[in-house]
Amino acid sequence: MIVADRKSLEEILAMVKDNKKILIAGCKGCVTVCNVGGLKEVEILASSIKIARKKEGNDIEIDIEVLERQCDTEYVAGISETVGDYEAVISLACGVGPQFLSEMYKDQTFYPGVNTTFFGGATQHGVWEERCAGCGTCAIHNFGGLCPIARCAKSLMNGPCGGSSNGVCEINKDTECIWDSIVRKKMEAGRLEDLLGVKGIKDWQTARDGGPRRSIREELVQGNI
Amino acid sequence: MRLSYSADIKVIQVPCTGRVDILHLLNAIEDGADGVYVAGCLEGECHYIEGNLKAKRKVEYVKKTLTELGIEPERVAMYNLSSAQGARFAEIANEMADKIKALGPTPVKNTHAA
Repeated sequence: MIVADRKSLEEILAMVKDNKKILIAGCKGCVTVCNVGGLKEVEILASSIKIARKKEGNDIEIDIEVLERQCDTEYVAGISETVGDYEAVISLACGVGPQFLSEMYKDQTFYPGVNTTFFGGATQHGVWEERCAGCGTCAIHNFGGLCPIARCAKSLMNGPCGGSSNGVCEINKDTECIWDSIVRKKMEAGRLEDLLGVKGIKDWQTARDGGPRRSIREELVQGNI
Repeated sequence: MRLSYSADIKVIQVPCTGRVDILHLLNAIEDGADGVYVAGCLEGECHYIEGNLKAKRKVEYVKKTLTELGIEPERVAMYNLSSAQGARFAEIANEMADKIKALGPTPVKNTHAA
């Protein structure tokens, strides 16, 4: 899923400081799963903003909506009749949400309420870790199912660097050296030779380096299936 | 026991403090409560295993939020006592009421207090 962290209340309050009536729009997708932009978080943010504004003696009216997904126009269209009633909208979806909203409702102001961080998963309740860098050319099968593009600080393809010490990356004591894990896994499986082949230079054109990407599924575009 | 305690306290009963939500606490503050505390069972003695521990974490979350908003976090508190400790209940009620009186009225100005 896409993982995000909520922006500080200070930052969000500054965004809407001149507004008297706003909408907070959550999303039932990834941000609900990572507990940052679902119904509960939307309600908590609304209450927190109201408390702050009442404290200032500057009340604010806040309505809430939680869209099925903010990354699909059909669901974004769900607020078409009411979105104009507000001075601004805070989106608690990932970075895709406020953009889809901005593209559909050109006269409205949409503020991002979260910082979108990475593609990952929960390793324990409350802890999410990056697992995918969206490079566009998945090759994890070459590395025992562990991605060195996303999980090695240098995205090395042919083994660890000199900064690997006791399975830990030099950038941070809490960051495992994924190459240490890859090699250990292969050794335990008795298949270390799998790593002997030199991986060629990676073509980063499929990654973000090639510019904004687009995925087209012709059969769906044509409506055949 | 017929114990008396501060008349400023409004008691809201829940089946277990595990039912208390962050939003209940925030909404109380939002609606103009000067303070709000949760009186849960003693730690380790929750009939539902960890309802009171969950409430404790929620109280901590709200304290953090209030701090971020420049409001005294002491306005929200968690207490633990058993249902057999009536005298302690009255003591806590008075203690919390005194603490809130010392802090003064809530800075959250309300135009339509609940």
